[in-house]
Amino acid sequence: MRVVKNTFAAAAVAALLAPTAALAQEPVKIGTVMFLSGPAAAPFGVPAKQAFEFVVEQLNAGKAPAPYNKKGFGGSKIETAVLDEAGSTTTQVTEFRNLVQRDKVDLVIGYVSSGNCLAVAPVAEELKKLTNFFDCGTPRIFEDNDYKYVFRTSPTATMDSVGAALYVKDAKPGVKSIAGINQNYAWGQDSWGDFEASMKQLVPNLEVKTSQMPKLFAGQYNTEISTLLGANADVIHSSFFDGDLEALLLQAAPRGLFKKSMGVLTTGETVIYKLGAQIPDGTVIGARGPFGPYAPHNAYNTWFHNGYKAKFNSEPNYASYQMAQAILGVKLAWEKAMAANGGKRPTNEEVGAALAHLSYEGPGGLVRMTNGKGHQAIMDTAYGESKYANGKLEIVKIKRYPAEMVNPPEGVKSADWIKSGFKK
Amino acid sequence: MDQILPVIADGIIYSAWLFIAALGLTLIYGVMKIVNVTHGSFYALGAYAGASFTGAWLARGYPPVLSYVVLLVAAVLVTLVFAPIIERGILRFMYARDEVVILLITYALFLVLEDTIKLIWGVNPYFVAEPYALLGSFDIGGLPYPTYNLIMVGLALVAGGGLMWLLRGTRVGKLLTVVIHDPEVSRALGINVGRYYLATFTFGSMLAAIGGSFTAPTVSVVPGLGVDVIVLSFAVVVIGGLGSLPGAALGAVIVGLVRSVSVHYAPQLELFVIYLVMAMVLAFRPRGLFSLAEPRKI
Repeated sequence: MRVVKNTFAAAAVAALLAPTAALAQEPVKIGTVMFLSGPAAAPFGVPAKQAFEFVVEQLNAGKAPAPYNKKGFGGSKIETAVLDEAGSTTTQVTEFRNLVQRDKVDLVIGYVSSGNCLAVAPVAEELKKLTNFFDCGTPRIFEDNDYKYVFRTSPTATMDSVGAALYVKDAKPGVKSIAGINQNYAWGQDSWGDFEASMKQLVPNLEVKTSQMPKLFAGQYNTEISTLLGANADVIHSSFFDGDLEALLLQAAPRGLFKKSMGVLTTGETVIYKLGAQIPDGTVIGARGPFGPYAPHNAYNTWFHNGYKAKFNSEPNYASYQMAQAILGVKLAWEKAMAANGGKRPTNEEVGAALAHLSYEGPGGLVRMTNGKGHQAIMDTAYGESKYANGKLEIVKIKRYPAEMVNPPEGVKSADWIKSGFKK
Repeated sequence: MDQILPVIADGIIYSAWLFIAALGLTLIYGVMKIVNVTHGSFYALGAYAGASFTGAWLARGYPPVLSYVVLLVAAVLVTLVFAPIIERGILRFMYARDEVVILLITYALFLVLEDTIKLIWGVNPYFVAEPYALLGSFDIGGLPYPTYNLIMVGLALVAGGGLMWLLRGTRVGKLLTVVIHDPEVSRALGINVGRYYLATFTFGSMLAAIGGSFTAPTVSVVPGLGVDVIVLSFAVVVIGGLGSLPGAALGAVIVGLVRSVSVHYAPQLELFVIYLVMAMVLAFRPRGLFSLAEPRKI
């Protein structure tokens, strides 16, 4: 009789819990947005999408290394909705609303363009939808506003620029003058502004010869190259990316621009496998953090790098790494929030609270959500120089910089931090 | 003096590139009264065909010096495949409609062709850098310039001069001028207007494709390549006067030189200086520098 009674009790408890358990096991739908057409597709969008596919597939199969080895998000299968980031900023805002309101995604991971991130952030806040920017670099997002639902698990462009300046000072001790060629929008302006200010802090009496700001995707840079050649600066900084960077290298190579002046390409890693022969030895190559050739030797990098390469027969670039760590960060936060509320499916607010101030290891090493009130990641960074030999470009003379050395302290704006002489 | 020479050289090189791109646009408008947005697509098609044909040519170990011929052949072939299909298959049914409707149709075709390019070539970039560096370089004002730039300037001169000769010095050109002035009267005179439209559209598009093909060695050939070109080409032909051949030439030279001066002396103005010139020209001559009220002309 006691057995029967217990069975009934167990059945009753199971019946009561069933809806909660079923809810917890419902798929988690992630909306992801990256360039799938246009000039930014090949260097960023496609590698990021491939990383997204690989990581989601691995997570759904429970094949990622611990602590990411629980299937999906807390046992719930991951479903995806993929959108193209091409088009105007207005289009992206509309498409973001569609993702949230029509496609009913649980969260969004995406955006390469800084302009799109700046536009989407307030809309994510308005719609109360957890949104993790995986790539865009402008520091203004969390320096000019506070957000509850918006996160960025990749470091800002400030880290890239300060790291580049530190590397230049180390690698070229007698540097006296700089020049720049950057795209005329948020990313290019912020990158050059931070690099110029950092160099002025590091090198007294530094001369800035010229700052070229052609429009995004202009494609023709002969005139700018003439100006840079005529300026004869010791160092030329560029945060060009995608087809613009490729066109700049193709047009600069026959004219010897980066042989005459040391080139500093903060996103250069995206082209080293395709245009290695066009990049003169000694060009400083950035990967927007410890990604690609700068990634640490840890279990997550081994899993991600080898798995990605086997699946797509190509090297993952920094956009791939950033996407991988964006998903892993949200997964960890999701499961932490689930554990905190007794295994129930977490709300966006609960996941956000778990992601804020989180520290976790990914394929690029330690990610610490310390800035932007816990919404902005900082990481160590690394730079090195190109050396082309035997048909392959290698990165040599690698120097690593701790996260605190290349990122502003919490609550301090990047520009103010640089102006203060990198005061802690 | 040392700085002025590079400013002029850069301006002329940029003008040559712009003129090749804009020439076909103004020709097609002059003859067919179509503001042809697909012009950007033909530029992109030329670039893709040029990069892939030349890449294949060089990969097989054929003489690199002939890669310039391959660039030209690639542009001609890709135009002969796409232009007649578009003109005979779609545009010829629309000539009776309003200019704005045809503009929207060519915009729709532009979007279709963008996706067609992605279907054929994918989204990964194509590079064919060899022809750009093959001819070495020369110095102007102490700065090295790839000799390849002279090919672009030569192409612009040949295309502009050749078209001028064709229109003014040949029987075909004179008949085409009749078509421009009045298609209905031309038909009454026994001129096959449809054939002239087909030839004009194909030749105009071919000029865009040649521009794209010869630009391919200097850029990363990626989706969206034709977007910026079409905007700049419109600026050039609007400054010069829609449908005017000398206008396109002058427009290209003005835009090229103004941009070059801006990049060298005031780079912060480069972003809008072309459109500032366009606005100023339109403020004083709303139909462009070389446009007359009647009749339309090339």
